[in-house]
Amino acid sequence: MLSPHLKRLEAESIEIMREVAAEFAKPVILYSIGKDSGAMLHVAVKAFHPSRLPFPLLHIDTGWKFREMIRHRDMIAARYGVELLVYTNAEGRARGINPITSGSQLHTQVMKTEALKQALDLWGFDAAFGGARRDEEKSRAKERIFSFRSKGHVWDPRNQRPELWRLYNTRINKGETIRVFPLSNWTELDVWQYTRAEAIPVVPLYFAAPRPVVRRDGLLIVRDDERLPLEPGEREEVRMVRFRSLGCYPLTAAVESTATSLDEIIEEMLTTRTSERSGRVIDADEAASMERKKREGYF
Amino acid sequence: MTGPLPAEVVVSAGARGPTRGLLRFLTCGSVDDGKSTLIGRLLYDSKLIHDDQLDALRRDSRRHGTTGDDMDLALLVDGLEAEREQGITIDVAYRFFSTPRRSFIVADTPGHEQYTRNMATGASNSEAAVILIDARKGVLTQTRRHSYICALLGIRHVALAVNKIDLADFSAERFHHIVGDYFGFAATLGFASVTPIPISARFGDNVAAPSARMSWYDGPTLLEYLETLDADHGLAGRPFRFPVQWVNRPDLDFRGYSGTVASGSIALGDRVAVAASGRESALARIVTADGDLRAASAGDAVTLVLADDLDIARGDVIARADARPEVVDQFAAHVLWMAEDPMLPGRSYLIRIGTKYVPARVTSLKHKVDVSTLEHIAAKTLALNEIGLCNLATATPVALDPYAENRATGAFILIDRFNNATAGAGMITFGLRRATNVHRQSLTIDRESRMRRNGHRPAILWFTGLSGSGKSTIANLVEKALHAQGAHTYLLDGDNVRQGLNRDLGFTDADRVENIRRVGEVARLFVDAGLIVLCSFISPFRAERRMVRELVGPGEFVEIFVDTPLEECIRRDPKGLYARARAGKITHFTGIDSPYEPPEDPELVIAARETTPEDGAQQVIAVLKAKQIIA
Repeated sequence: MLSPHLKRLEAESIEIMREVAAEFAKPVILYSIGKDSGAMLHVAVKAFHPSRLPFPLLHIDTGWKFREMIRHRDMIAARYGVELLVYTNAEGRARGINPITSGSQLHTQVMKTEALKQALDLWGFDAAFGGARRDEEKSRAKERIFSFRSKGHVWDPRNQRPELWRLYNTRINKGETIRVFPLSNWTELDVWQYTRAEAIPVVPLYFAAPRPVVRRDGLLIVRDDERLPLEPGEREEVRMVRFRSLGCYPLTAAVESTATSLDEIIEEMLTTRTSERSGRVIDADEAASMERKKREGYF
Repeated sequence: MTGPLPAEVVVSAGARGPTRGLLRFLTCGSVDDGKSTLIGRLLYDSKLIHDDQLDALRRDSRRHGTTGDDMDLALLVDGLEAEREQGITIDVAYRFFSTPRRSFIVADTPGHEQYTRNMATGASNSEAAVILIDARKGVLTQTRRHSYICALLGIRHVALAVNKIDLADFSAERFHHIVGDYFGFAATLGFASVTPIPISARFGDNVAAPSARMSWYDGPTLLEYLETLDADHGLAGRPFRFPVQWVNRPDLDFRGYSGTVASGSIALGDRVAVAASGRESALARIVTADGDLRAASAGDAVTLVLADDLDIARGDVIARADARPEVVDQFAAHVLWMAEDPMLPGRSYLIRIGTKYVPARVTSLKHKVDVSTLEHIAAKTLALNEIGLCNLATATPVALDPYAENRATGAFILIDRFNNATAGAGMITFGLRRATNVHRQSLTIDRESRMRRNGHRPAILWFTGLSGSGKSTIANLVEKALHAQGAHTYLLDGDNVRQGLNRDLGFTDADRVENIRRVGEVARLFVDAGLIVLCSFISPFRAERRMVRELVGPGEFVEIFVDTPLEECIRRDPKGLYARARAGKITHFTGIDSPYEPPEDPELVIAARETTPEDGAQQVIAVLKAKQIIA
C-alpha cells in the first residue's frame, strides 16, 4: 500500500508518461539499470495498464558496467515483458576508449554522451525518458520535466520552455527532441520507499556484501574484473560495501555499509552524512561538470 | 545563529515519514532580499546538507561567497554557472526538504524584473508563497509586483518574511511599520491569509527555531508556519472534471480513457457527459494497475470505462452530467506574455487547455495591467513579462471553467506556431459566447452548387514577396489568363484594400497582422462564393499567411513566393519607396527596418529575377491545373 505522498508522486509521473505516449511519434525509455530507472519503468508499466508499455527500453552499454547490472537488466526486460534495445558506440570501442587509460571525462563523453546521441538518431526517437531527479544535483534542480533539445541534442539552459501548471508543451519541429524526466519531483528517499512498497527488484550491488575493493583517491573502487589494474602500492582487500548509485564500475565508488535489506538501506539513508552522487567520479572532474555534460547532450 | 533543530529529532521522526501532505511553495522577493540564503538556511537547518556538499560549499564560499569567512548558504542553491558568475538567480529551481511533519518542494524564483515569467511558473504549481522583504528597504515596487502575480496565479496563502531583521536592530517598530504598509497594499488582492514573520535567514532567527533576540514576537517560526499550513486548493470539492489524455485500447474488447482527475470525484454508476458533444453515459469501471476502484478523486491517475461506446478522443473533457463545464469558443482571460516576440492581437497561436491543443487568436486586448500600481493601461500589444486582459477565440469550442473556480480547467498556455515556444500563459475570467448558440445559418445554395455552375474550384492564390518583387505584375497576368478561360476571379491587393476596408490601419507589426487577418476573412467569403481570389500582399510574417491558409479548406490555399532578392527590389524600386525608407522617411518598411519571413513550404517559388512575368504566370497556371482547381 502506497502512502498518500508516494501515491501522489506516482500519479504525477503516470500523467507525464501518458502525455508522451499521446503526443510523440517514437518515445523510448532510457534505462540505466539503477534504482531510479527501475522505479521509472515500474511506473511506466502501470501507467498504460491494461495496454502493454507502448515504447521500448534503451540501454547505452559502455562495456564497463558491473556484470551484475547486465544480468539484472536482462532479467528485468524479461520479467516486465518489454522490448530492450542495447547500444554501444562501436567506433569508441574500436578506438579502445576506456575509463582507466582514457580518463573518466573522455570515456563518459564518447561511450555515454556520444553513444546516446547516436542511438537516438539511429532509431529516430523523438522523446526519451530519463530517471533523473531534481534533488540529485544543482544543475538538475532547474531542469524542466519536458526538457527541450534543439537539433543535435543540444541543451541550452537559457532557452528552456517555462512549465506552468501541468500544461506541458509537447510541440517540437523536425529534428528537435525532448528529454522527459517523470521522476523530477521524487527524492532519493521517495525512490527507495516506493521500491520497497512496490517490491521492485534492484541490482544486488545496492545491498552490502563482502566485495573486493581497492582504495583510490579516497574512494573505494570494486574490482569487478581483471581489467582494472592495481597501481603500485595498491592492494585488493575484501570489505563490506554497497553502492548508492551505479555507473561504470571503475568510476563508481562503494560505501562501507552493513545494510543488506531495503529496510536497512532506508534506515541508513536517514542517518547518512554524504550525498548520493558523492561516489561518482565523473561529477567531481571539474566545477559544474554536470551542467557542462548536459550541454553536450548527457542526460 | 540560534541553532538548528536537534539532529536526533529529525532522524528518528524522519523514519516515520511526514504526517502532513506535501507542500509546494515558492519564494519571491527582490534581488538581494535573501531568497537563496533563506532556502539554503531551510536545507541546512533541516539537516539535508551532506558532508560532501558542505565541503563543496566551503570551497565555493571562498571563491564566490559574499559573506566573508562565513559559509554563504545561498551558494547551496544557486545552480548554473552563468548565474554564479553574475551572482543572480536566473531561472526557477526546485528544492526538496522534509521535516518530521511534512515534505516540501520549494520553487526558488528570481527577483529580477525581466524574469516575471519564472515567478509565474513557480506560482502556478505552488499552494503558498513566501514573499521576502528586506527589513531595511520595506515594501518595494517588486514586492507589489510579486504579490500581484501570486494573487493572479491563485496563491491563497502568503508568509510575509521580513528578512535581515538583524540589520534593522531586531526592531519591532520597523517590523510593524512594514507589515502595516503591506496590508494596506495587499487588502485588494484577495489572499485568504497573510502571515508576517520577522526573520534573519543568514543567522537563522525565526526560520527553524524561535529567535532569542526578538522577545516581542510570539508568532510561529517560518518552518512552523509551513509545517502546519492547510493549503488545500479545494479541487477535491469542485465539480468532476476529467481531461482525456490517452485512449487505452489494448484490444477490441477494452476501450478506456486514461487521464488524471483534475477536480472533484466520481463513483461507479454516476452519470457522466462528454463536455463538447454533450453525449451521456454511465461510469462502468475505474481501472488501475493495482485493481479496479469504486471511486476516484482529484489527483488520481486512472482509466475510465463507460457503459456506452461514445466517440471520445484526447482533448475531450468528461464531466458529471449534472455539473458540466462551459463549452465556448470565445472567452476573456488574463494573459501573461513570456516570449521575446510581442503578443499581437489577430495572430494565430496554438492554445493548450487541459489536454486539448487548438488554434486560437487574441481578438482584442482590453487593457494592460501595470503590475506595480494595478492600473489599467490601453495597449495594442503585450511585450515580454507584460500582463493584459484579453478576449480570445478558439478555432473549435473548448471546455473550461473560470480560473478562480477551478485552477485545473481554467488555465491555458499559448504556443508560438513556428518555434513552438511557450509564449503566453492565461487564466480564464469567464466564457464569452456559448458555442452551442452559434448555429451557422444553414445555406441552401452551397459551395458544391456554385462550383458546378462555375466549372472550377474556388481557391486563394496568395502572392507574397518584398515590395517591388513583381507580385502584382504576375498576379495581374494570372487573372487575365484565368478570366480568358471563363474563371470567376477577383484580385485583392494593397491598393484596393488599404484605401477602404483597412483605411484605419498603419504599418506597425500589430497593424500588419490585422491587415492580413481582414484580407484573409474577405478572401474566405469570396472562396465561399466560388471565386478564385488572387491576393497580392507583402505579408511578411509566416504566422499570418498560415492563419489565412487555415481559414479555407485543404488545397484551397496556394502560396506563391515571388522570390526576388532585396538588392534587386531596391534596384528596381518602381515606386521610389526603398529610397524613401532608406532615407528614414518611411518606417516599418519590409526589408529595411522590418523583417520578411520567407515561406518554408510554399506551393510555388518563382525565381523572379531569372523569370519573365509571363513565364511566372504560366507557372502559376500549371500549378492550378496540377491541383485540379482549373481544368
